Amino acid sequence: MKLGTSALRLIAVAGVASLALTACGGGDDSSGGGDVSEVSIGLMGDLTGENSGIVLPIKNAAELAIEEYNATNPDTKIKLIPYDSQAKPEQATALAKQAIKEDKIVGLIGPAFSGESAQVGPVLEEAKVPSVSASATNADLAESGWKYWHRVIADDDVQGAGIGNFIVNGLSAKKVFIIDDKSTYGQPLGATVKTTVEAGSASSQTDSIDAKASDYSSTVNKVKAFAPDAIFFAGYYAQGGKLLKQLREAGVDGKFLSADGSLDPGLAKGAGGKNAEGALIGCPCLIDPEGSAGDASKKFADAYKTKFGSPTAIYSAEAYDAASVFINAVKAGNVTAEDINNWIASADFPGVSKQIKFQENGEIAADDVYIYKVTGETLPLLGNAKEAKVE
Amino acid sequence: MFDSVFGGLWDRFLASSDQFLSQFWPATVDGLSLGSIYALIALGYTMVYGVLRLINFAHSEIFMIGTFTSLAVVGAFGFSEIGGVALIGVVLLLALAGGVASGASAVALEFLAYRPLRKRGASRLAALISAIGASLFLQQLFARVLIPWWFDVPKEKGALPVQGHFVVREDVIAIGDFVVRNDKLIIFLAAILMMIGLDQFITRTKLGRGIRATAQDPETSVLMGVNIDRIVTATFAIGGAMAGAAAALYFMRFEETNYFVGFLLGIKAFTAAVLGGIGNLRGALVGGLTLGLIEMYGSAFFGSEWKDVVAFSVLVLVLMFRPTGILGESLQQARV
Amino acid sequence: MSTFDKAKPAARVRQQPLKIVTGAVGDVLDGIRDWWAGQPGPVRWTIYVALIVGAFLLPHSGIGSFMSPHSDWQSILFYPIGGYILLAIGLNVVVGQAGLLDLGYVAFFAVGGYTMAVLGKMYGWSFWEIIVIGIVLAALSGILLGAPTLRLRGDYLAIVTLGFGEIIRITATNTDAIGGPNGIAGIPHPPNLTDWAVPTNALTEALDLDGLKPFTYGALDTRPYYYLLVVAIVLTIVFAKRLEKSRVGRAWAAIREDEDAAELMGVPTFKFKLASFAIGAAFGGLAGVLYGSQATSIIPEDFPFILSATILAAVVLGGSGNIPGVMLGAFIIAWIPERVRGVGEYRILVFGAALVIMMALRPEGILPSRQRKAELAEGTGGMGSLGAEVGGPGGSDVEIEVKK
Repeated sequence: MKLGTSALRLIAVAGVASLALTACGGGDDSSGGGDVSEVSIGLMGDLTGENSGIVLPIKNAAELAIEEYNATNPDTKIKLIPYDSQAKPEQATALAKQAIKEDKIVGLIGPAFSGESAQVGPVLEEAKVPSVSASATNADLAESGWKYWHRVIADDDVQGAGIGNFIVNGLSAKKVFIIDDKSTYGQPLGATVKTTVEAGSASSQTDSIDAKASDYSSTVNKVKAFAPDAIFFAGYYAQGGKLLKQLREAGVDGKFLSADGSLDPGLAKGAGGKNAEGALIGCPCLIDPEGSAGDASKKFADAYKTKFGSPTAIYSAEAYDAASVFINAVKAGNVTAEDINNWIASADFPGVSKQIKFQENGEIAADDVYIYKVTGETLPLLGNAKEAKVE
Repeated sequence: MFDSVFGGLWDRFLASSDQFLSQFWPATVDGLSLGSIYALIALGYTMVYGVLRLINFAHSEIFMIGTFTSLAVVGAFGFSEIGGVALIGVVLLLALAGGVASGASAVALEFLAYRPLRKRGASRLAALISAIGASLFLQQLFARVLIPWWFDVPKEKGALPVQGHFVVREDVIAIGDFVVRNDKLIIFLAAILMMIGLDQFITRTKLGRGIRATAQDPETSVLMGVNIDRIVTATFAIGGAMAGAAAALYFMRFEETNYFVGFLLGIKAFTAAVLGGIGNLRGALVGGLTLGLIEMYGSAFFGSEWKDVVAFSVLVLVLMFRPTGILGESLQQARV
Repeated sequence: MSTFDKAKPAARVRQQPLKIVTGAVGDVLDGIRDWWAGQPGPVRWTIYVALIVGAFLLPHSGIGSFMSPHSDWQSILFYPIGGYILLAIGLNVVVGQAGLLDLGYVAFFAVGGYTMAVLGKMYGWSFWEIIVIGIVLAALSGILLGAPTLRLRGDYLAIVTLGFGEIIRITATNTDAIGGPNGIAGIPHPPNLTDWAVPTNALTEALDLDGLKPFTYGALDTRPYYYLLVVAIVLTIVFAKRLEKSRVGRAWAAIREDEDAAELMGVPTFKFKLASFAIGAAFGGLAGVLYGSQATSIIPEDFPFILSATILAAVVLGGSGNIPGVMLGAFIIAWIPERVRGVGEYRILVFGAALVIMMALRPEGILPSRQRKAELAEGTGGMGSLGAEVGGPGGSDVEIEVKK
């Protein structure tokens, strides 16, 4: 009765000896410092799962940056290794350890989401490998005291405050209904917007939706009863579109706002017809497929379009900047994780999305939030949240 | 301090009550409309359970197949801006197509996944695992293979929702707070009609008698000349067809679907079936409508984030006092 | 139903190839079992020790390069593989031994995880204290769930446990005091017992143990946690085995076979069912504490319904009621999706199909408990056969007593 597993285990034990010998025979090929012809940088995020639509532009932009760099025939080339965490924390940590131990990465772009970042952070910290995320915006991440963790995007507190102020100042809303999706992303963001609009002496009410459900009528009924000037949704576009559709179909006509999680043409598609027209989406990110924000932005947008056949999308500019952080560090002659991390601490260069300069805790110094306006199925940039105006 | 805590709770209770009262009618309408869909899906669970004593976890994917069928039909005919009486006709067409597709899928599922187990006298637990496996397989088949191929999108986009907008919504009844929209009314009436039809079918036809006989005592019914395999096939076909019709109604209401659309609805529908009394067709209707109302009232009172907690708590309470659900188990009994 | 078979010989032939394969596997396994049953104590003990030593050597990178080329083997060995094994042993107490269908087992895993997170992070308790509290709290929540619901039969119990699992998860999501949807991050690692490191020499290098600090709990090296988990698994196996052979185990078998008969024969069925819930829950809580301390952060979404279903699949696939079986089942369920990462996006698809096929080939599980197998063949037991398993055309060659 016991032997089924015991046989397996015996085989495993027997296997140890033989495999151990081959492992030793392989020898020691890790080199320490000196002239290095290639270093590996990892990129981690959900590449095949439900949220891969957000992460693939990140991967594309990072690939683009590194390809451009390698094409200049530098002394030390960079190899980009993708790790598909599917946004699942336990997979992400296992992959991070694999990346550190087997692939010997000297830096990591990502992890893309906040949930996985929370678990990968301590691993990278202990391994002393720097990371730069282009999209993990949870505010708590910066409070962990990590020395090797950075992000090139403002956090949700900055974003929430920016959008909240825009709602009370830019839109002069007096009654705001805030809906979150009870996710690690939506709930704190919704809470920040609520505090901000209340500080701006607007009255507010809140409710939550279940991201897995389709019927939001209980929330819709509450919104309808409250009759707000503005509705803020803290969550992702797949739910945002459905919610917006059900709100409009129920005859709710307050201004609809959302944040980076809903910054996707899918919002308009999900809402259907003209329901999404004029919805305003805030984001600490810069999406500028026309390249109207400056020369660097234009150059990046064109190169991206040429290589991938699609316009730049969410977080692609930030991912390009995250990759540039590592590229510039290597260019400056740093090839070990430790040296790269020291270089990042003092980094100060103009990126595509913003000036790249980090605070002590790894946060980016810049705190700009941009507002985008849904027009048809496109999301043109309306302007910086501080000065954007809606007629 | 004690006073302030108590006072605070009391204030919250009053505020919640106010909110609840102000939303009583909208919540009732939405609860009945949502509950009707639960009830129609619950039928499939309850019939299969009545005959095989199996929780058919893959039933939620049978429903999903129905929603995609609706999407395909809407796309094929190019329906748009449908309202008024035309909407009833279109929904009828969708329900027919969904019923055929889902019914056929359910029969195929039974043939491929459950029949081999049945023939080997496998335990119900093994069949349950088989059902979970089939459920995962079907979800992933849509997410990774069929949707990317169908909509010509990259594989990783197969997980994203797809839409087909075609309905014009208009209020058909409006008496003060009591406002009923066309789509919600159609869902409710369709569910009641289908339920009556199925009830008559099970009670009056020969096949219906066979199903009842098998549910009551498979061994004796074989001896009485009932072909069990035929009965099981019919059970899956009918349950699947009801799920397909429910999917058409769902698609009319939300105009959107994705590969895991059935997951949560399936769990809720199964809960509804148990709440009403699993194995009992009328129980599925009572359970579905009750669950829909509980969810909407619970949301109005406690906030939408607590609706599932309220729903499951009520389920536990009901089962504590009525251990076989509101109406009891009785597919086999003649009064069904 | 053999009369049907005689009437339909062609139909039987069609099923033969399947039966030859599974039959051969069954024969080999039976042979091994008979051999094992005939072995004297010392031989068994030697094998037990060899198994434990083998378990300690498993994190070897040489094994890892084959077992898990796409991800870090040591991490996977701790969770999901080790974690699933511990959970499956716990769930087996409820499902395999007492015959109660529990679809919300993940709730107890969550209770353990949150106990670790709340007491460790917010109150600064030590891991070694929390592990006791976590087990006790999980057992208590098992009793809390069981007390009002264990009078329900079969599938009513299943849906109530499913509901309980969801209630726990949603309540955690909605309770801001324990982090809401963000959960709790920065859970402390267990305090180091000693910073002793394995000396480097030819033997330790061959075993891939050189430089290992087996009692230093950090973020990067998962092996110390894995060793802790192995110890926990060994202890739970011993405990579960002792229970199985005790009065409690016999009572569970009686309840599983026929609850009414057991009750009539004087077995206090409610008390014993409650005990199985509490003990199963305690194992789940233990797994949760270990998981929480290693992961350093937990969120409610770590404990979804699908995890309950997965662990149940592990138990049934391996052979409900038989501890080596459920361990093997848990290993397969945890390992295959990681191993076939190369197949990328199709791995869950393959996994789902594999579940259906494996159940069709060996519905009693890979390593079934003999007692359970006999019960199932009789069609009795708390979760006996499908209702309409009577052989129609194409019939069965197994003699089946139809339920009731």
